[in-house]
Amino acid sequence: MKKKYSITSLIQNSLSDNENWGKMWRSPNPKKHYDVVIVGGGGHGLGTAYYLAKHHGVKNIAVIEKGWLGSGNTGRNTTIIRSNYLWDESAHLYDHAVKLWENLSEDLNYNMMFSQRGVLNLAHNEHDIKEIKRRVSANRLNGLDTMWLDKKEIKDLVPIMNTDNLRYPVLGAAYQPRGGVARHDAVAWGYAMRADELGVDIIQNCEVKGIKTDNYKVEGVETTKGFIKSSKIGVVASGHTSVLAATAGVRLPLQSRPLQALVSEPIKPVINTVVMSNAVHAYVSQSDKGELVIGAGTDGYNSFTQRGGYDVIEETVRAIVELYPIFGKMKMLRQWGGIVDICPDASPIISKCDVEGLYFNCGWGTGGFKATPGSANVFAHTIAKDEPHKINAPFALSRFSDGRLIDEHGAAAVAH
Amino acid sequence: MILIKCPYCGERDQSEFENGGEAHVIRPKNPESLSDKDWGEYVFYRNNPKGIFYERWVHSHGCKKWFNAVRNTSTDQILKVYKVNEKRPDLSEFQNTLKSPSGEPSVGSGNFAVKK
Ligand SMILES: [Zn+2]
Repeated sequence: MKKKYSITSLIQNSLSDNENWGKMWRSPNPKKHYDVVIVGGGGHGLGTAYYLAKHHGVKNIAVIEKGWLGSGNTGRNTTIIRSNYLWDESAHLYDHAVKLWENLSEDLNYNMMFSQRGVLNLAHNEHDIKEIKRRVSANRLNGLDTMWLDKKEIKDLVPIMNTDNLRYPVLGAAYQPRGGVARHDAVAWGYAMRADELGVDIIQNCEVKGIKTDNYKVEGVETTKGFIKSSKIGVVASGHTSVLAATAGVRLPLQSRPLQALVSEPIKPVINTVVMSNAVHAYVSQSDKGELVIGAGTDGYNSFTQRGGYDVIEETVRAIVELYPIFGKMKMLRQWGGIVDICPDASPIISKCDVEGLYFNCGWGTGGFKATPGSANVFAHTIAKDEPHKINAPFALSRFSDGRLIDEHGAAAVAH
Repeated sequence: MILIKCPYCGERDQSEFENGGEAHVIRPKNPESLSDKDWGEYVFYRNNPKGIFYERWVHSHGCKKWFNAVRNTSTDQILKVYKVNEKRPDLSEFQNTLKSPSGEPSVGSGNFAVKK
């Protein structure tokens, strides 16, 4: 039955102490066979299942998640959304996502709390200025709303920022007003609920242990709840993608590293946009609850521990305190790490591979959340048609042999 | 943050070191006759196991010397440190504690392996 959220349903449920909302999705036992199996119940995977069912008429789909929905990087990121990437291919992909974000709450009838509060990328030296101005121009040629702001305009937007009295003064910034933040859990839950309504089986607490293939063709997945047969398997497992790929004999150009984030104690609203700085590595926004949401960098070595080094946090916090002296006495509430899969050119892989029926959506590295709806949308197309959508065609695995890399290190660097 | 035992200086904080990625990657002897695919494999593809990993480190804020290490990437436990001219230790020397691809209980996070 279709669940509708409205002001009436809110009032009705409040009268019964919110005890009667009901489950948002079923928790079925896995069937023996599915037409498509999606491995990974984060936003990208659940979204893929939703678009497969809604746009491509695929009826028999399962999403298999080893923990609970959104327990991986969907629930661990800093929720920043923007599309101001340098190269055409990336701008098209990420802006496809921003356009879907803009209507996602209505499409799913579930509040994504998508807030287009704008994103600033700060310049701290001559090189930054040249690099960022080049990116602004490239963005404008691609029809994006990025613009260059001078110091005064930045101060008007973020009065608490210390622009002059620091080691690397703030000299200007790129600003994308359509960028912003969204509620990470809502993305997973909204897609899950609507995919479930379209008949998708969402199977939580079930780990895929291996992908079974025969003569370069997929046969199914071995899981902790038994073998599930399927002729099409989409792997969207972020940091663990290469581990799963290896069970199918596929090698991917990925390296897995911990990426950390932290939030402060809640305070009154002081910062109403997202501010990122690659040069001093500080990025910060303020959540609706009032916490500062701070993204740190990746550790300098491969690891699957979901922790990350303390020195990485220290570096970020040092830069934050210098940029915003007002935060100097604040307490940090909690810190966590997620395992991200980093690609050599800092761009994702949304692609078929040498094994028939096996598809990968991975390599998002430190910045996959912003792309969730766009990535899911084109990945569903790739799986349904067995060929890429024109938006994700450049993001094929073949680029690591034909040399058509999409090098976004400049646009992304550490703060992706 | 982990402690790494430099074979020349002894145990130091990891922030003194830089990681050089997978160890024992050999540059092909015949690049001119390699296919694009094989050359791409050499340039871009590295092992990324959850478990036993052979890797390079350089003590960049110390003796500046390169060396190799064997580390369990699921726990960050360093199992062996050896000099670059020493033989690659055999995988059978180490016990891979992982029971499943993700190496975690069916519910929970990677922290589990470290906490216990
Ligand atoms: Zn040393």
